[in-house]
Amino acid sequence: MKISKGEKAFYCVNGFLLILFALLCLCPLVYVASASLSSAEAVMKGEVFLLPKGFNLGAYKKVFEDSKIWIAYANTVYYTIFGTLAQLFITCCGAYPLSKPYFKGRKWLNIFVVITIWFSGGMIPTYLNFVELGLVNTRAGLIWGFVCQGTSVVIMRTFFEGLPMELEEAAVVDGATHVQIFSKIYLPLSVASFATLGLMFAVGRWNGYLWSMILFKEDSKMPLQVLLKKLVVDTTVGSASGDKMTDTIKDYSDDMLIYATMIVSMIPMLVCYPFLQKYFKKGMVIGAVKG
Amino acid sequence: MKTQLAAMNVKMHGRTIKRDLSLYIMSVPFILAYILFAYKPLTGLIIAFKEYNLFEGTYSSPWVGLDNFRAFLGGPYFSRTFKNTLILGALGILFGFPAPILLALMINEVRVKWFQRTVQSITFMPYFVSTVVVAGIVVNILSPSTGVVNKILGLFGAEPIYFMTKPEWFRTIYIASGIWQFSGYNAIIYIAALSAVDVQLYEACIIDGGNKFKQIIHVTIPGILPTIIIMFIMDIGNIINVGYEKIILLYQPATYETADILSTYMFRSGIQDGEYGVATAVGLFNSAVSLLMVTATNMLCRKLNNTSLW
Repeated sequence: MKISKGEKAFYCVNGFLLILFALLCLCPLVYVASASLSSAEAVMKGEVFLLPKGFNLGAYKKVFEDSKIWIAYANTVYYTIFGTLAQLFITCCGAYPLSKPYFKGRKWLNIFVVITIWFSGGMIPTYLNFVELGLVNTRAGLIWGFVCQGTSVVIMRTFFEGLPMELEEAAVVDGATHVQIFSKIYLPLSVASFATLGLMFAVGRWNGYLWSMILFKEDSKMPLQVLLKKLVVDTTVGSASGDKMTDTIKDYSDDMLIYATMIVSMIPMLVCYPFLQKYFKKGMVIGAVKG
Repeated sequence: MKTQLAAMNVKMHGRTIKRDLSLYIMSVPFILAYILFAYKPLTGLIIAFKEYNLFEGTYSSPWVGLDNFRAFLGGPYFSRTFKNTLILGALGILFGFPAPILLALMINEVRVKWFQRTVQSITFMPYFVSTVVVAGIVVNILSPSTGVVNKILGLFGAEPIYFMTKPEWFRTIYIASGIWQFSGYNAIIYIAALSAVDVQLYEACIIDGGNKFKQIIHVTIPGILPTIIIMFIMDIGNIINVGYEKIILLYQPATYETADILSTYMFRSGIQDGEYGVATAVGLFNSAVSLLMVTATNMLCRKLNNTSLW
């Protein structure tokens, strides 16, 4: 098919605008990366734009020497792994029975879940619930307190319902129990949906800061995002002018320390990005169809 | 086939009560978690009508009727926070809602596959950046002494602007960073809807002499209109649920005038000052307005277009 002149112009303008927007999305991240790798002087003078100037790993050295950052990093990894596993466990405990047509009380359990999608207590009752359960300032509170997410139960249930019933029947004939059916048949067949939900949970937990900030009182339990928040916001926005003191003797500035910490906090995300992208797209489409 | 299956079900069921017991045991941790962490906080909403006392707890604290609501609605913060919430929410819809649709339409028009994939990957990336890092980037880029934006303004001879302390800049910063972070993510749903539009409709439009813009207006947009409307209803409901996690990081007393919203006030009065009753009342007020707005929009859309959420 021949492309007319007008269409050619349309494709060109369209492509150009898209490149512009893509650059706009990328630039801030590239800037943070290059500033963290530049010399303190260049960052101070604002000479760094998109490429590092005066290559220098001083800020990273400082970050890796700082035990506070290591502790916070370990905390984040801990909360993310166990939080995600706990959330997947609870979701399966609900979704598997709910997917069985012969499960008595299925209808009621369904309503029980759907109500939580539409109504929630909100910040203060949730906080006071933690206080009354004695879960403030405990790791268990952060891990188990946020396992309830009705939408993911519905997604998981729908997926289990889509698996052929004959599989279960065959297993029953062979004398399998529900635990065996679930672990030997359902689990291997639903790796993709586990990955989708698991990654969603994991990203949420890795990036979340508000509840860890509210619930934890000690620095030794704080995850990386709260530490970053302290570095970024409390030192910058806190001082009225937004201006910062910079020590010129060091080969890194406070800004660069923040940039380097940001990059270190984003590394797992960037490494997993191809998977994240694939599974999040899938999850988004399923979620929209169901919700 | 169906009766056969049903018969088998009955058989299975009759034979294996013992085996199904594990199914019920399996649902116990689930029900327990939901009671403890979803339903208990939900019943905790009664705090809005109580004078909360940490020693007596949610259920035995004394009732005070509507005092908490009166204190909030009659207090000095109500008009400011309510106004700011509505303005930020409305601006979010005005600019934040069309952005992903536009992006999806543009990505959909790209004929070179690798370019399409690359643009989608890059625009999706900011979604995975945490709120704290976004706030950190915003603060640093806009810093009056070392920020890139002020450096560029300086090239044109402008005086540095103290963006973070100026109330008139807060809304722009909030909305722009939101578009930056979420356009690529929200575009995915529209791109999925676009791929389902029938190719024959485009061919028919071309035969009728429609150019690119006519194709977009008469084929593409009507094709994804149901998706747009559903997303719109959900967004209207969220108009009042402005993303306070980012605001808590970006605002400061100097910008409260435009930045303080219902949820940030709830956070300050509840978590920081310990006025739990009033803070819960603020939250309940927020949810009630939200519910009202979803219902109204849903009704309106059903009347106008026959598309609705329920």
